[in-house]
Amino acid sequence: MYEVKILTGNETAAYAAMNSKARVVAAYPITPVTPVVETISKLVEEGRMHAKFIRVESEHSAMAACIGASAAGSRAFTATSSHGLAYMHEMLHWATNARTPIVMAVANRAIGPGWNIWADLGDALSQRDTGWIQFYCSNNQEIYDTIAMAYKLAEDRKVLLPAMVCYDGFVLSHTSMPVELTEFDDFLSEYEPVWKLDAENPFTHGNILPPEDFAELRHNIQKSHDRALKLMKKIEEEFFELYGRRTPLILEEYKMEDAEKVIVTMGAIGSEAKVAVDSLREKKVKAGLVRLKSFRPFPEKELRNLLEDKKVYVFDRAISPGSGGPLYNELKSALAFSPVKRIIPKIVGIGGIDVTKRTFERAIFERKVWIKEVVS
Amino acid sequence: MKISEMEREEYVLPGNTSCHGCPSTVALRTVLKALEGNAVLVIPACCTSVYMGPFPNSAINVPVFNTAFASAAATASGIKASLEWQGKDTEVVVWAGDGGTYDIGLQALSGAAERGDDILFICYNNEMYSNTGIQRSGATPYGAWTTTTWKGKREHKKDVSELMLAHGIPYVATASVGYLRDLYEKVKRARKIRGFRYLEILAPCPPGWRFPMDKTIQMGKLAVESGMWILFESIEGKLRFTGVSKSIAEGRRKMKDLEEYLLSQGRFSHLTEEEIGEIRRYVIKKWEKLARLVEGEIDAAVAKFYV
Ligand SMILES: Cc1ncc(C[n+]2csc(CCOP(=O)(O)OP(=O)(O)O)c2C)c(N)n1
Ligand code: SF4
Ligand SMILES: [Mg+2]
Repeated sequence: MYEVKILTGNETAAYAAMNSKARVVAAYPITPVTPVVETISKLVEEGRMHAKFIRVESEHSAMAACIGASAAGSRAFTATSSHGLAYMHEMLHWATNARTPIVMAVANRAIGPGWNIWADLGDALSQRDTGWIQFYCSNNQEIYDTIAMAYKLAEDRKVLLPAMVCYDGFVLSHTSMPVELTEFDDFLSEYEPVWKLDAENPFTHGNILPPEDFAELRHNIQKSHDRALKLMKKIEEEFFELYGRRTPLILEEYKMEDAEKVIVTMGAIGSEAKVAVDSLREKKVKAGLVRLKSFRPFPEKELRNLLEDKKVYVFDRAISPGSGGPLYNELKSALAFSPVKRIIPKIVGIGGIDVTKRTFERAIFERKVWIKEVVS
Repeated sequence: MKISEMEREEYVLPGNTSCHGCPSTVALRTVLKALEGNAVLVIPACCTSVYMGPFPNSAINVPVFNTAFASAAATASGIKASLEWQGKDTEVVVWAGDGGTYDIGLQALSGAAERGDDILFICYNNEMYSNTGIQRSGATPYGAWTTTTWKGKREHKKDVSELMLAHGIPYVATASVGYLRDLYEKVKRARKIRGFRYLEILAPCPPGWRFPMDKTIQMGKLAVESGMWILFESIEGKLRFTGVSKSIAEGRRKMKDLEEYLLSQGRFSHLTEEEIGEIRRYVIKKWEKLARLVEGEIDAAVAKFYV
């Protein structure tokens, strides 16, 4: 059973948490993710969402509470953005090492100063080494599906890692689109933890870990990321068989069969990139698109297979100062020993600059790395 | 309550890795007995994270969840929400040092208190950061030597138990390692109350305070007898002095000289007359302030204080 509703990305995330049967939510408001917090609060108060909602006093506490809830055996959810995500940093590491499969919605936004509330993937990308699985969505239906799929993946005993589901602030968080609100009963049952805090079965979690055991833990986390990549394909299939939607977890290809010039990007601008590919093809450029969905784990092999012999344009809506575009850098190292023609960095959409199909076209026809204006 | 009526089960392993004469282990042992083991402990970075011992062993025989320094109360809120969802009546107890309570943990503590989450937050207060080697905290008293106040701390402590009273929570109490039966009974009473409860235990720490390791309990008593540490309990907003502090407040017992307490600890050995005077003034003010909050005993109590 499902209904179609016109929802913003934020409302979509809240409904996804509800239908994924998250039982403890702890969250703190920050633009542009605030409506997720408000909507969940309302759903819980109206008795439509069956969960405990902890109205914490900060994001650090939000993540701490989610970790506690998950450790005690509940499916936990939170949502944040920008400074909130940065403030959580310590606890993001904690969630990974504690093996608590929390799912978090992240409405991507720039980090100040120079207060800027607009889209920029830099907030989440600067958390890439925390061990979280990271998905970047390009439309609201995808946000909805990915949150449920992320729980399925995160909670699998071969994975047991937290996952963040990212979507561009305002561009998706505040844009309304039709979303099929599928109920996930066939896909996700109540959370069955592999371990939990229980007074009848006492054990100590997270005490001093000698170097060899710590290395083992970290190695296991890496192996879990590798296994997650394999599992993603299975989950995509299962989801498709149940609901008829091809929601990618790893990546999405567009007109790649004969493509020579390939755009690689992530997030909302991945939708605009399709329009750009069509437009380029009208101009007789054999363009194609690889929209990366999973930044962590990074699907190195899949990308290598797709991008062999291509001219690759990497569009980053983020910058790692002193280094370059984070996606560009990752891809460059992944393709280091592949026969790629060329790999070219482009920095677009920083701090919420609108990215149009013309932005892609200009970036491809001109040599400039940075596009710092709206190309209309 | 007679000692013979206390819980016999042990939840803290004797021979753990704490220092000899550790006040924290003694207090934790008492607290877990009072809870009869039906507890989940949330522990931020502190001495206890060390003396519980390394993986795969543990010196504590109730479930322990270690959390980051700043987030004990919030982690406990999450655990409690989950247990409530599962319909379990396990007490969720934060066991934090004064750093994880007064300083870095204060925001999460205040947030959980304001929300009224059903948690028992216990601070064992050894008046400094001992895990990292004796640095000053917001709970370190004026004049005390630490490795970040070599000539003695220039500021008085702040008082988080008072701050918790101001939060209007249903239970706030202080205890001392010098009086373990009092501590045991307070935990028992706190256990019967729902909502956010705060208990602070003075924990005289031999290496941190510079006194012989066989004097921990004595020091815990002397702190109270000299008026430097005040025992009280507030249930649903009704504040009363307890134990020796009550006898002092009611004029039934003379306070011991503060100098006896201060000068038996190496951390205060450098104090000048003026500095001791400054501590005296602080202690008097503290008593007067608390006495004003104690119903019924106000006048009698204030009148009889002298230090
Ligand atoms: C964010 C953070 N900053 C600093 C530390 C280092 N640290 C660990 S324990 C501690 C002091 C703990 O003091 P207290 O809470 O009083 O407990 P005690 O060690 O006295 O038992 C510090 C500074 C840390 N673990 N995390
Ligand atoms: S430093 Fe003090 S509180 Fe810490 S273990 Fe040693 S005696 Fe106990
Ligand atoms: Mg301390």
